[in-house]
Amino acid sequence: MSYLDKAALKVVGTRPIRPDGVDKVIGRASFGADHTMPGMLWGKVKRSPHAHARIKSINIDKALKVPGVHAIVTSADFPNIANEEAFVGEGPMNFRDLSRNCMARDKALYDGHAVAAVAATTQAAAEEAVELIEVDYEVLPHVIDVEAAMASDAPVLHDDMFTQGVDPKPSKPSNVAKKITFAKGDIAKGFAEAEVVIERKYTTQPVHQAYIEPHACVVAIAPDGQATIWSSSQGQFMVRAYCAKLLAIDIANIRAVPAEIGGGFGGKTLVYLEPVALALSKKSGRPVKLVMSREDVFRGTGPAAGGVIEVKLGAKKSGRIVAAELVLKYQAGAFAGSPVGPGCMCAFAMYDLDNVHITGYDVVSNRPKVAAYRAPGAPNSSFGVESCIDELARELNIDPLAIREMNGAREGTKTPYGPTLVNVGYLQTVEAARNHPNYSIPLGPNQGRGVASGFWFNIGGESSAAVHINEDGTASVVEGNPDIGGSRASMAMMAAEVLGIPYDRVRPVVGDTASIGFTFLTGGSRVTFATGMAVTQAAEKVVEQLKSRAATIWDISPEAVEWKDGKAFPAGANAGSFEPLSLADIAIKSGRTGGPISAEVSINAQGAGPGFATHICDVEVDRETGHVKILRYTAVQDVGRAIHPSYVEGQMQGGVTQGIGWALNEEYIYDKDGRLENPGFLDYRVPVASDLPMIDTVMVEVPNPRHPFGARGVGEVPIVPPMAAVANAIADAVGARMRDLPMSPPKLSAVLDEQDPPRLAAE
Amino acid sequence: MPHVVMTGIAVRRLTGGVTEFDVEADTVRRLISELDRRYPGLGQQIDESMAVAIDGEIFQDAYLQPLKPDSEIVLIPKIGGG
Repeated sequence: MSYLDKAALKVVGTRPIRPDGVDKVIGRASFGADHTMPGMLWGKVKRSPHAHARIKSINIDKALKVPGVHAIVTSADFPNIANEEAFVGEGPMNFRDLSRNCMARDKALYDGHAVAAVAATTQAAAEEAVELIEVDYEVLPHVIDVEAAMASDAPVLHDDMFTQGVDPKPSKPSNVAKKITFAKGDIAKGFAEAEVVIERKYTTQPVHQAYIEPHACVVAIAPDGQATIWSSSQGQFMVRAYCAKLLAIDIANIRAVPAEIGGGFGGKTLVYLEPVALALSKKSGRPVKLVMSREDVFRGTGPAAGGVIEVKLGAKKSGRIVAAELVLKYQAGAFAGSPVGPGCMCAFAMYDLDNVHITGYDVVSNRPKVAAYRAPGAPNSSFGVESCIDELARELNIDPLAIREMNGAREGTKTPYGPTLVNVGYLQTVEAARNHPNYSIPLGPNQGRGVASGFWFNIGGESSAAVHINEDGTASVVEGNPDIGGSRASMAMMAAEVLGIPYDRVRPVVGDTASIGFTFLTGGSRVTFATGMAVTQAAEKVVEQLKSRAATIWDISPEAVEWKDGKAFPAGANAGSFEPLSLADIAIKSGRTGGPISAEVSINAQGAGPGFATHICDVEVDRETGHVKILRYTAVQDVGRAIHPSYVEGQMQGGVTQGIGWALNEEYIYDKDGRLENPGFLDYRVPVASDLPMIDTVMVEVPNPRHPFGARGVGEVPIVPPMAAVANAIADAVGARMRDLPMSPPKLSAVLDEQDPPRLAAE
Repeated sequence: MPHVVMTGIAVRRLTGGVTEFDVEADTVRRLISELDRRYPGLGQQIDESMAVAIDGEIFQDAYLQPLKPDSEIVLIPKIGGG
């Protein structure tokens, strides 16, 4: 069924309080580190102090003698996984690499790489034992920067890495794991027709997802081999699958229980601790708890990729872009697998262009393996493209929204990566931005305004959900996705809408892997779309059962019953004359009419519908310090149909906030030996509340016809435009074009010094 | 019959450089089978790492999805997210 008639909806589109809200506000919610078990041991991971080193030997004799130590594991305690790639998490995952990222084998590839782990009765004993583990390293030359890693004389991380995607296959290994290319039209012809050509180079830094809750888990494996994992992750089924693969355990012997999650943003779509805790539990015979410190999180877990973005645009003087060329060099960290593919595909997806050529390089270096982060790959390439389009617009003296309207993607636009766009709302976001009062507020001295747009595909995928009718007429909803952004509320709302009962009569829970069918992880902005579709279908099946039960009570045909506002009615005079039966009336008699009323639906949801956004940023630049103050920020986004508008707005505001952090301050700082110097929030500067104004949101609603309520994913695309929007605003404010992130006070100050030498003289 | 386009250059090596072709198929499963018959290895490549955009909508792991005689099929890398 379709519920696209917004006026007819009673629950969807309202803003009720989330079911997990009270627990989280009063501190009662149970996160990964909160779980404990009788007889539980404390685990501690020993990490490499070197950016690149061969592990010659590991001596655990002294560590084993520490009182209370029950087990120590190294790579020798893990199966040596073959080079095998599969799409299980949030991208193609090489299980050999995943195993070696959890526990280094042969070589440590970055500062913070796990090399051993201890389980002991106390945290103090575990920490003491970790210090006594003796690792004999042969320190090797290292490389941190992406272009340095691509150089022919760079230290090579993997002897068996030969660049894929080039013909003929290279004869020598290198740090370039893959080269990919997308092409549309005739790029040379396009540039030949151009009246203006602009070519620029931009750089972004790897940034951490900066979730507040560090990774944590408790793992217990019984003597019969049955394991239970309690952990904070973006997918209990992902945890189960990865652990089964890495430890060679049958999936049926692992039950993964999702804890509440204190943020993930993509960073918890893979495992770090769970396989290690599993190995320790197996070896010790006791439950084992592992909790990362903040330093562990920064040194040992995946940031988003940084990279180099080279953009060349050719245009007519009218502003029409006739050629667009892009080269992306993305950091993958220590193992292959940067999001350079989606970076390539998203870069020009907002535009209707005839001639495009895009090349991407996936490059390894001695940094932690990158992990997904909202719209992985898109923010980097969009920073370059959206900055360059702004530079083009300024050169041609064209309004930045006008140049986007002129070149904007619309229904039927053929994207540079191939598909023809359908059900797109990009130009609606540009129009809404133009009409927003914030686009015409006058600006003062050193103040500027920038705009930028962004795109993300959104995905569907496999989801399961169950709806159970309780005997008092309330309903329980079980979903298979950890609730990160308020999905429990959205699931309950969709179920309530279909059942025709109030929101507070529906209780949603997140099931463990034994309680609900397989569900792909929470990521890719898929949950409200895909799992919401499963919930809706399960609720519809329940409604059919309710109609059938009413028919049994009335002794008429089920076809003669209709369901409206949570009650069964005879469908017309011919059906007979009966008083309506409420859901509670039917539920109380369910035992007599056929047993419990429930339905579980498992689907592979398709047709997620693309997400587009256009942002406006106003800044004020302090010319003395280089500090950038965000005066106003307006995020306009096609959200399809907002199920819970507050949580959609929250996703938009959260994405913008993280994008502003990426733009202005966040970066990893390494010393000359490749050691991370700022593994904590004191030195790694994320935005705090006092840094930002309230972020204005505008939800453009172009319903997605594939979803019963018209929903699209909303959590990814809001992080795509901010970096360019801020850079464009800074350029507007002070005429300084910042092409290297972060645009921190020292960097901007240096640019202003060059631009404005008298300021130095005055000082 | 459905028209297939491949934009990623790497996968074109499996087709000997051919980037566009027509395929007689009425479901994604049959499309993949036929592509693998013509270009051995391409079917496995699609199964493991590619999504299929049908008339602009992206489908992942959707063997049952029907194709229309005039469908535009574009093979693209699978999409994840954060």
